[in-house]
Amino acid sequence: MKKIYLDNNATTKVDEKVLDEMMPYFKEGYANPSSMYDPARESAKAIETAREKVADFLGAKSPGEIIFTSCGTESANTAIKGVIEKHATSENNHIITTQIEHPCVLAPYEFLAKKGYEATYIGVNENGELNIETLLSKISQKTVLVSIMHANNETGAVYPVEELSKEIKKRNKNTKVFVDGVQAAGKIPINLKDTEIDFYSISGHKFHAPKGVGALYVKKGNLFEPLLHGGHQENLLRAGTQNTPYIVGLGKASELAKNYLEYENTEVKRLMKKLENGILSTVKNAKLNSKSQKRVPNTTNIGFEYIEGELILLYLNDLGIYASSGSACTSGSLDPSHVLRAQKTPFTSLHGSIRFSLSRYTTEDEIDYALENIPKVIEKLAKISPFQKELTALFPNN
Amino acid sequence: MWEYSDKVKDHFKNPRNVGSIENADAIGEAGALSCGDKLKLYLKIENNIIKDAKFQTFGCGSAVAASSILTEMIIGKTIDEAKKITNKQIAQELDGLPPEKMHCSVMGREALEDALKNYTHEETQKEEENSSQTVCHCYDVTKDEIIKAIKENGAKTFDDISKITSAGLACGRCKGAIENIISQYVKKEEKKTPLNPIQKIIKINDVIQNIISPELQKDFGDIELINVDGNNVWVKLKGHCSTCGNAKLTLKNFVETKLKELVDDEIVVFEE
Repeated sequence: MKKIYLDNNATTKVDEKVLDEMMPYFKEGYANPSSMYDPARESAKAIETAREKVADFLGAKSPGEIIFTSCGTESANTAIKGVIEKHATSENNHIITTQIEHPCVLAPYEFLAKKGYEATYIGVNENGELNIETLLSKISQKTVLVSIMHANNETGAVYPVEELSKEIKKRNKNTKVFVDGVQAAGKIPINLKDTEIDFYSISGHKFHAPKGVGALYVKKGNLFEPLLHGGHQENLLRAGTQNTPYIVGLGKASELAKNYLEYENTEVKRLMKKLENGILSTVKNAKLNSKSQKRVPNTTNIGFEYIEGELILLYLNDLGIYASSGSACTSGSLDPSHVLRAQKTPFTSLHGSIRFSLSRYTTEDEIDYALENIPKVIEKLAKISPFQKELTALFPNN
Repeated sequence: MWEYSDKVKDHFKNPRNVGSIENADAIGEAGALSCGDKLKLYLKIENNIIKDAKFQTFGCGSAVAASSILTEMIIGKTIDEAKKITNKQIAQELDGLPPEKMHCSVMGREALEDALKNYTHEETQKEEENSSQTVCHCYDVTKDEIIKAIKENGAKTFDDISKITSAGLACGRCKGAIENIISQYVKKEEKKTPLNPIQKIIKINDVIQNIISPELQKDFGDIELINVDGNNVWVKLKGHCSTCGNAKLTLKNFVETKLKELVDDEIVVFEE
């Protein structure tokens, strides 16, 4: 059976070249990079080379601005809790974020709100675009931290974090700006040295490195309290023996991702558009949820009215097409996607929303196969729905 | 990925008895579009025997499977036999459902109940409220176990109860009911100073507008305060979730629990 992986925002395939670079550090290169002999120096050197590659990928001013972590969630928690621990006072206790963040940002905010910090959540319009005026108007002398994602994992909407960081600093130069770049890295360019972003997080497995490694960019001069206290690793900013093979993998993946940026924004984008336009033009109850003006090139989110998302995924699975859904049923809770709800997606299509996310490995044949099969699945499932009257209005020929 | 039994997979891939019955003798519904699942059940009944059953379902794989197997279970049964079918039997017939999906069997049971009620014009006998009553259908947690978690493990919040008993961890529909039990059994740490009637009305109005209403709006619903008389509060629940039988009880419970917690322990909520 064909296997068509269209869930690259969940995780990606490890690039063979990345794996090849990692392998020696599982074998002879196992020395602890903190030790005092030649093999250890080799490990330490490999980590510093990786740091240079990540710094180059993100457009950091110097490699010293990169801290290696275990994942995107750790990077976000380090930035958010680290800033609060170091900079918040009983006076300056206001934190801002958006309603459409990933749980790795929303949950730390809820945790801080419970502890008494004043949290403001900025909404989006019906296209999923951020209410920028509102955000900027909320910044006061009390605002310690603003967290905004660079790209949204569900809709692919891109937020103007470069300009926003400058506008935020104009209103309060002491406010720290954290950007969750997990879904942007490798999809759209970023040049952090030209921005006023203080912290920027990435996760390796979203751009063809393995799971279990991430990084946090910290603009030079920014103080924060580490999340993990212990040894002197990572300049005392992240204790714990460095994960040499995975860090090497992240370095290689960053180098490759930088070289593939153009391909992502031409070929991957073309295939995504082909899939999106193909579905929207042939499936009568399909509604586009990825409506933001600026989007990452690989993601489209489409809602199928009057059909539930998990059922669609189960039928697609049987055809070897792998995607994901923001429906309540797939998350095991009663709540469908907070991102789609924030942009007021009507509930006729909310529960039937499917995200397709491509990568540089996606081929034209795969998209053709998906386009051939998705309309058939939807038509079949429409027959089970109790909303026949509404669906007949949409499918007048059946 | 859920661990569905082969029988569940077979029934959502090849659902039996899909469609509607023209001139059905009874139609039952459960769920709502806004809640993410809805089931419509059509019955043909002759001489008190269910001769045919068909369904249409908007929902996940297990919702379709539960609907499909339900139709197979009831065809040929008398009304009295059908009335006795429980949600657990529906799940058993499917060789089990993941805990997170048990509410799909509850929806099947509710649609059947609704159809039979529409046919016989009699309320089916409700399970008597007692301490062995199941509060969380997903993890099969009884009221007794929740009270025990409060008294013996010191649980004080909904999250505490979930951590100890697993209740409410899956679909979350029992949250209101659990919060109600908490408000009855968790000792309040401080006594609130009594409010005069005017202060009380203002506070009730405040809580409804600023706390309860935004919560309901998240689910496309809303609430309106109609009247207050002493500790009796009349409200109107609006929007899609209020039409969802499954959610109705928890919705009223949620409002009552919040008002009890924030205004007065004695408050009772009535729906217009």
